Amino acid sequence: MLSFLIRRLLQTIPTVLAVVLLVFVLFSVVPGSIVSTMSDDSDPQVELRMKKQLGLDQPVYMRFGAYVARLATGDLGASFRTREPVTTMIAKRAWPTLQLIFASMAFAVLLGVPLGFVAALRPGSLVDTVSMVLAVSGLSLAKFWLGLLLMYLFALRLGWLPSFGYGDGSLKYLILPAVTLGVSPMALLARTTRAAVLEIMTADFVRTARSKGMSETRVVKWHVMRNALVLILTTMGLQFGALMGQAVVVEKLFSWPGIGSLLVDSVLQRDIPAVQGSILVVVLFFLAINLLIDVLYGVIDPRIRYA
Amino acid sequence: MFRTIAIVAGLGLALAGTVEAQTPRKGGTIRMTAPYGSSFTSLDIHTTQRAQDEIYAKALHRSLYIWNSAQGKPVLELAREDVVSGGGLVHTFKLRDDAYFHNGRKMTADDVIWSYNRIMDGSKAYPGARYVRVIEGAAAVEKGQAKDISGLKKIDDFTIEMKLTEKVDPGFYFFTALTSIYPADEAAKESFIQKPIGLGPFKFVEHVPGSRIVLERWDRFYRPGRPYADKVIVSVMGEAAARDVAFRNKEIDTSVLGPAQYVAYQSDADLKGTIVEVAEVFTRYMGMNTSFKPFADKRVRQAINYAIDTDLIINKLVKGKAYRASSWLPLTSPLYDKTMKPYAYDPAKAKQLLAEAGYPNGFEFEWTTSQNESWGLPIVTAVIPMLDKVGIKAKVKQVETAVLAEVVRSGDYQAFIYSQATGPDPQAALKCFHSATPQSACNYMNFRNTDFDKLVDEAGQVDDPAKRGQLLQKANALLYEEAPVWFFNYNKAVMAVQPWLKGIQLNATELTHQNVEDLWVDETSPAK
Repeated sequence: MLSFLIRRLLQTIPTVLAVVLLVFVLFSVVPGSIVSTMSDDSDPQVELRMKKQLGLDQPVYMRFGAYVARLATGDLGASFRTREPVTTMIAKRAWPTLQLIFASMAFAVLLGVPLGFVAALRPGSLVDTVSMVLAVSGLSLAKFWLGLLLMYLFALRLGWLPSFGYGDGSLKYLILPAVTLGVSPMALLARTTRAAVLEIMTADFVRTARSKGMSETRVVKWHVMRNALVLILTTMGLQFGALMGQAVVVEKLFSWPGIGSLLVDSVLQRDIPAVQGSILVVVLFFLAINLLIDVLYGVIDPRIRYA
Repeated sequence: MFRTIAIVAGLGLALAGTVEAQTPRKGGTIRMTAPYGSSFTSLDIHTTQRAQDEIYAKALHRSLYIWNSAQGKPVLELAREDVVSGGGLVHTFKLRDDAYFHNGRKMTADDVIWSYNRIMDGSKAYPGARYVRVIEGAAAVEKGQAKDISGLKKIDDFTIEMKLTEKVDPGFYFFTALTSIYPADEAAKESFIQKPIGLGPFKFVEHVPGSRIVLERWDRFYRPGRPYADKVIVSVMGEAAARDVAFRNKEIDTSVLGPAQYVAYQSDADLKGTIVEVAEVFTRYMGMNTSFKPFADKRVRQAINYAIDTDLIINKLVKGKAYRASSWLPLTSPLYDKTMKPYAYDPAKAKQLLAEAGYPNGFEFEWTTSQNESWGLPIVTAVIPMLDKVGIKAKVKQVETAVLAEVVRSGDYQAFIYSQATGPDPQAALKCFHSATPQSACNYMNFRNTDFDKLVDEAGQVDDPAKRGQLLQKANALLYEEAPVWFFNYNKAVMAVQPWLKGIQLNATELTHQNVEDLWVDETSPAK
């Protein structure tokens, strides 16, 4: 297991480097700079001094070298705008984003997987049709619109939940943004689970289990569920990454204090260190989740560990 | 001075009238919204010029002057007296001796001098430098040629002398939060940005990035009986639709309205009474680069103004949430000339002018724009067919707002559409078109006209305010005739205010910027 982990960790290094390079180069060539966003009326000499102070007068390759050197020590640099360390800025927002993403995924898994199972066990039934219509609708809904709809219903009409904000970080503030973000992965998980279960149900080993006289409950529990889990886990892993990106919309809509809103504002203000740091954290999170999923594959199906 | 009363909606007036009739209630929480983005830029207000950040800063900080919406002009705030001498260039300020920072220390002249020196640190490009630069010797500090501003002298702990480079009203330069006075000792520390200390009526409690700032009453605030409220919460709410739900759900006390919501609120009997509106000192326009050959001819620039049905765009596209521009100086400017009439929609006249200028078949130009809904792509898209009718073809070049700011300052455009502050100081607004003003400052069209320069220069020399006003009005009229821009509109800021929130000020510089100490909530507020 340890060598497997080390191998997978080493495989992430080129990905991280590629992302770092891509983001750096991209924000070095796009027009607009922090200096122009700070003042409508600054002296050109002052602009030059500021660019020098921020290191923006250096060639791209030198800036990149210095950035990578700092990164190797865990230093993401300081925000051009606030002069705060980027790690501090991200740390302040990481927990709310993680809260939102894990709550969304919990909602998606707890609802989507059983829905997919139920639909697959009764293919063509009313339950199957209804759950798949719901799943397709969930995938098609724009998050912004769904969020507004939920706000309108649960905050304005029913008065059960607050419509926006982080409050004291309690559950009642988390529910609406988490459901808004979680509906799409829930729908995808329901469809994936249904497809996986339907396929496994017709597999030879399931037929063999049934022919040996095993009860349907045991067949589903020991053979179907376990094998379907591999596909479900894969979908979950990919969805975690997607959620990090999609959270930007939801965080803004609900005034949720996550990394998404930091990223959006930093891009608009050309606060390059904050943009680079935010994207790097998102990428590292995505890679960490996928590494975890890979480890879990090995737990579910030991053959994968040695592959 | 300002004629805000002319442009207040009837129900907005009723709301203000109620303030006079009732006794302010102590206590409660004011729940404001910051609608211009996904977060606050910084807790160091010297570093940010975004309107979003000044919303909280009005509660936390104080400057030498403050904007008085009722009088429509800046008035002394941290100083009790300003004695003018030296031919109008030297101002001796007697500072308040009862202003305490939130750490309990009394403000002195050293704090004022320290703060202005900080703002002029050229390696940081603080946006407030554009104002402090009016003090003699400030530019040298900015350029790194001096350590301290020579025109700023401490007479004693509560008296400072300020020598200006030109004869202007310093109130217009030192009233925004960009020139807030910081505590010299505390603000130098790294921790200041995490827990800012100011002189305002509310002290900092908490900042949840991307969500809210919470402030609570500062009991040693210098104005007796103020502030009224115990607490202020400023929530970041960049999405108009989300604000709408929260406002209807009574979770927030103020909400800025966009064009679509403005129409919806006006037609809703329950919400109509919550609307407050004011003409802000911003002029929206299409700037034309005179180094692009067709735009070098005044007749072509005038033709553009005649070719566009501006009223139609304002009524249908902007949903009436703007006032037609009839010159550069906006409706709320003290020098707004109501006798001036906007260019009429007259395509025939436009064609005639184009023919006279040598463009009978029109020409093609590139129009740089951002996506802004009020002065960006939607407006450009609506104007293009109108220009097409007179033979002018416009090609759209879409850029981000941050990029647009660079484009206009560098002159790298043929035409652009923008919103520019045209007040509150009319002299400063018109000076942008003076040939001595660099393009990178605010002479974005690189306008050069000797008659205009003469009028503005003369206005800067005279002592009589009435005479100065006349000269500047003449300059404004000349600008209108020269038409370096398509005069589009003056922004109409619209805000919905809950009936329990009293004391809203019709601030023409930015409606969301409220002197929070004068706001109060009655007992019907759901926030206790």
